[in-house]
Amino acid sequence: MTNGYHIVVCGSVVPDPLQTLEPVSTPTGPALKNEMMLPAVLDPWAAHALYEAANLASKVAGSKVWLVSVGPKAKLQQVMMTIAQRVSFELVPVDASASGFADSHSTAALLAEAIQSIPGLDRARLLVFGGWESASRGAGATMQLVGERLGILDQFQGVDQLRVLDDAQPDGSFEVLERIEGGRHQVSVCAGPPALLGWATGNLPEPRNNPQIGMANMRTVMPALQKAKSLPLPAGGLHFLSASPPKQQRQTRVVKDLSPAQIAQEIAEWIGK
Amino acid sequence: MASTATPVKPELLRTLPSDGVRQIQWRFADRYDLQMLVQSARAVARGPVARLVAAGGRNSHDWTPAKAELLEAFDKSGITAVFMEPEHGGFIAGPKNLALALVAFELAWVDGGAATGSLAGCLALAPIHERGTVEQQTRYMQLAAPPQPGEDRKPWRGAFCLTEPIPYVGVDTGMLNGKLRIAEWKEGAEPILQVEKRGRFITNIGFANFVTAAVDSGDERIKGSCMVILEEGDPGTFDRGTPTRKLVHQLSSTGDPIFNLRIPASRIVGGYDVKDGVIVPRHSHSEVIEAVFRRTRVTVGVMTAAKLLSAVEPVIRYQRGRFRGAETATPGSVRYELGLQAREDTLHRLVDVWATGEAGAALGFTAARVFDELDPLEREADKILGARGVTSAKARAKLQREAAERAANLLRLPAGHPNKAQLESDPLLRFVLLDSLADVLCPATKLWNTGWGAQMMREAVSLMGGYGITEDCPGFLGNKWMDAQLEATYEGPEAVQRRQLSITMTNPLFRAQFQTWIKEMRGIASDRPGTGACALATAMGMWLWTLERLQVSTDADGGRLYQSARQGVTFPLADALCWLLAARCQILDTIELEKRGADDPAVAEGLPGLVNFMSDLCHVQSARASGEVSRICAELVFGHNRHPAWDEPGYRGCYQQDELDSLEGIIPGIGSYGLDVIGNDGSHPKKAGPCAKCNGAEQFLSLQTKLSTCLTGCRLSKDRAAEAISKLMIPEALDYPA
Repeated sequence: MTNGYHIVVCGSVVPDPLQTLEPVSTPTGPALKNEMMLPAVLDPWAAHALYEAANLASKVAGSKVWLVSVGPKAKLQQVMMTIAQRVSFELVPVDASASGFADSHSTAALLAEAIQSIPGLDRARLLVFGGWESASRGAGATMQLVGERLGILDQFQGVDQLRVLDDAQPDGSFEVLERIEGGRHQVSVCAGPPALLGWATGNLPEPRNNPQIGMANMRTVMPALQKAKSLPLPAGGLHFLSASPPKQQRQTRVVKDLSPAQIAQEIAEWIGK
Repeated sequence: MASTATPVKPELLRTLPSDGVRQIQWRFADRYDLQMLVQSARAVARGPVARLVAAGGRNSHDWTPAKAELLEAFDKSGITAVFMEPEHGGFIAGPKNLALALVAFELAWVDGGAATGSLAGCLALAPIHERGTVEQQTRYMQLAAPPQPGEDRKPWRGAFCLTEPIPYVGVDTGMLNGKLRIAEWKEGAEPILQVEKRGRFITNIGFANFVTAAVDSGDERIKGSCMVILEEGDPGTFDRGTPTRKLVHQLSSTGDPIFNLRIPASRIVGGYDVKDGVIVPRHSHSEVIEAVFRRTRVTVGVMTAAKLLSAVEPVIRYQRGRFRGAETATPGSVRYELGLQAREDTLHRLVDVWATGEAGAALGFTAARVFDELDPLEREADKILGARGVTSAKARAKLQREAAERAANLLRLPAGHPNKAQLESDPLLRFVLLDSLADVLCPATKLWNTGWGAQMMREAVSLMGGYGITEDCPGFLGNKWMDAQLEATYEGPEAVQRRQLSITMTNPLFRAQFQTWIKEMRGIASDRPGTGACALATAMGMWLWTLERLQVSTDADGGRLYQSARQGVTFPLADALCWLLAARCQILDTIELEKRGADDPAVAEGLPGLVNFMSDLCHVQSARASGEVSRICAELVFGHNRHPAWDEPGYRGCYQQDELDSLEGIIPGIGSYGLDVIGNDGSHPKKAGPCAKCNGAEQFLSLQTKLSTCLTGCRLSKDRAAEAISKLMIPEALDYPA
C-alpha cells in the first residue's frame, strides 16, 4: 500500500448526556421525550474513532477520512458546527433516525450502503472505524454487522490503539490493541486493509476547535447535508416490551481508614447483591 | 399567539430554547461560520473559563498565569481571530459586529471578565481597523493574529487607552490627558514624537504589547488631537502601573499605566499631512473613538443580556429542588416535584427576568446586525461622496443632511408608493437611514441592557435566596450581578448614553422611522394580538407625542424643556425610548421564530409551545415597557407645570360657595359637580390645591387611558408563561462547573 489509508468512520449523534433523557412511548415505538429538541453531540465512542482516524491520516501520507453519519439532517448539521472544527474529514450524511431504539441491522444496512456509494473509495486501502458501543445503545453490534455486510473479515472490537508498523514506508500493516478481561489488551498484527475497528476510548485527547479547519470542512459538509438522502429506517421486526431509564441509587456511608482491599471487597459484595 | 373568544389550553414550552431557536431569532441560521464560532466560544466559556472561576480565579486582582492561559484558549478557539480579516489571519469575511456580539454573549454567559478581556483586544485594534493606514492595519492585525499551525510566534496583545483627565473621567470624552509633542524633526526625515499619557482602568494592560492611546497636541507644530500606537519596546517609559482593585471582572487585566515614549509620527492612527510646517493628523481622536465605540458598546449590552438568560436554568433547578431532602417532601408530593415553583411569586419574578433577558438580547443583536449592514454601506457612501468631489467634513455633512431629508420624506409616503423603492435602491439613502438607526440603537443597547439588566440581575440573585450571594451559587449569579454594574459603567457610563440618545432620538429621520414602527406594531397586533404589540404601539405613540410636546413646551418659569442642559427632561425620555426599542425587537424576533421555525425540523417539533411562550414573554415585556413609558411621560408632561394653589389670586378656576348657590336656581344640581369650591369664609377642601387642568394635554390623557386598557390580558400572559416554566424540562445538571 503506497497511497495511504481510506478511513471511513461510522458515527452519529446522541442526545447530550446532561439532558433529562426520559423514555416515552410513541406510535412507532419507544423514543426519548422531546428528543429532536434536545441538544445533541457526536456519540462519544464514535468521536474517539474519528479523532483516531484523523490522527492516523495525519501520520500516513495520502490518507483520507470520511465520516458516515446516519441521523436527522438538522441534528447532524448542529453537531457538525463543533465536530467539523476539530479534524478534517468529508461528511457522508444519511438523513434517517439516530434513535437508540433503532434496529442495529437496519442501521448497519444503511451505513454499509452509504460506504459502498462513496466515490473513489478503494477497498484495498479501506479501514472502517466506529464506536465499539454507542452512548444511546450498548449492544455493540452495529459495527460488526457493517463489517459483515461489507465482507470485511478482519474485525477488531474494543480497540484502544492502532500503530502503523513501518512509519517510514507503511505497507499497510498495523498493530492493534483490543481490550480483554482484567484491564489488559490483546495485541494483534493485521497485514493491512480492508479491516474494521470498533474503538473503545483510544488514547487521544479531544482536539481543540480550530475554526480554520471548520471553514475548510464546511465547504463540503454543507453541500453534503443539503443533498443528504432521506431514508426510512425499518423496524426490522424489532419491538420493545418496555423502556425505562436506569434507576438511580445513592447509598452513602462516611467511613474512614478503610484499606483499598477492603473498599474493593465491599464494592464487589455490593455488585453481587 | 392569537387571542380567541373562547379560551383554549395552549401548548406549553417543552425545553429551554435550543441553538437552532437562537439562530433563527438572532438571524444567523444561514451563517455556519457564526454557528461554529458560537460553539467554539461556548467550549472556552464553559470549559477553561468556568473552571477558573470555580477554582477561585476571581479572588485576585493580579494577572495570574491561570488567567493568562485563557488568552491561549481564546487564540486556539478562534476567538482572538474573529476581529481579523481572512488576509490577516481571520476566518470570517465581511463585517463582524454580530460575530463579536455572539462571542461576547457566550463568554459572558459564564464570566463577564473573560468576555471583556477578549473584547479589549479587539478594542485596541479597532482604531487601526476603522481609521488606520493600510500599513498600520497590515502590521498590527498580522502581529495580533494567532499563530497558524507550524508558526512559532506569540501573538501581540493590545490595550486601548482613552482616559480623560480628572474630573472628566468617564463623562466627557472631548477632554484628554495625554500630550503629544515633537521630540525631533530632521529635515527630510520623519518626525519623532514624544508621548506622555496616563491611563486609568485600562483593560489588558497587564500583558499588552501595544497600546492605542488618545492624545492631544502639546505642541504648536501638531494640530488637534489624534490616536497613536505605542509599543512596549519604544524608547522611554512603558509602565503598566498597579492592578486596579476592582470588585468585578477579575478575569480581565486592568491597571493604571504611565507612558512616556518616543515614537515615529507614522504611528499616528490614519496617518498625517504636513501643512505649513504643522503636523495635521488625518483623524482626530474623537472621530476615531466615535467610529469605534458605536460598535463596541453594543457587545457590552449583549453581555448583560447573556447573564440574565444564563440565570434561568440554575434558578429553575434551585426552585424545583429546594425542599428535596426534607421529611415532608416525599417523591410525588407537590413540595418534592415543584419546590418553590408551587408559589406564583417565584414563577412570576422569573418570568420578568427571562423576559428582560430576551428583550435585551433582541435589542443587542438587532443593533449588531444593523452595524453589519451599515459597515459596507458606509464605505459605499464614502465612495459616492468622493466621486461627487465631496471631501470636506462640512460638505459631507450637508449632503448627508439633504439625503436624510429626502429619506424622511420618502418614508412618509403612503405604503406602496413607487418612489419608496428608492429607500432600498439608493445606497446613500439606505446609509443615512441605517446610520440614524445605529445612532439610537447603540446607546440604547448599552444603556438599557446594562442598566436595567443590572437591576434584574439582582432580582435573579434574590430568586436563589441566600445561596445567590455565595460563591457556591450555580451559574455564578452573584458575580454576574456585580459584573453587570461595571458593564453599565465602562465604555461610556449611563449618563453618556443618555446624552447621546437625547440628541440622536430627535433626528427627524429616526422619528420618521419610528412612526412607521407604530404602524408596524399595529399590523402585528392585528395578526398576533397575544404579543402585546398593540399596547406597545400605543406607548410608542405616547412617547412620540411627549417628545414633540416637550420640544415646544416650557416649564412653569418659562424655561425651555427639551434642551441639552435640561437632563431631567431629556434623560428620562431617553430611558423611556429604550424600553420601547427593546420590546419591539423582542416581538420581531418572536415573529421571525414563528415564520422560520418550521423550516428546521429540530425547532419545528416544539414550535407551537415555544412561540406561545415567547409571545407571552413579549406581552409581559411590552406591558412593563408601556407602563414605564406612561409613568415617565406623565411626569414629564405634567411635572413641569406649577400646581394650582388655593392662595392664587382669584382661586384659579374655582367656584365660590355663594356663586354655586346662585347658579343652583338656574342649573339645578350644579352644586354636586363642583369639586374645588371655596367656602364663603375662604375655607377649601383638604388637598394640595385646586385640581390641575390638562390644558393642551387632552390627547395625552386619551392615550394614557387607551394604554391602560391596552394592558388587558397581559397578566394572563404572565400566568401562562409562569405555568410553562413550572412544567418545562431542563437538563439534569448545568453544563459548566460552579
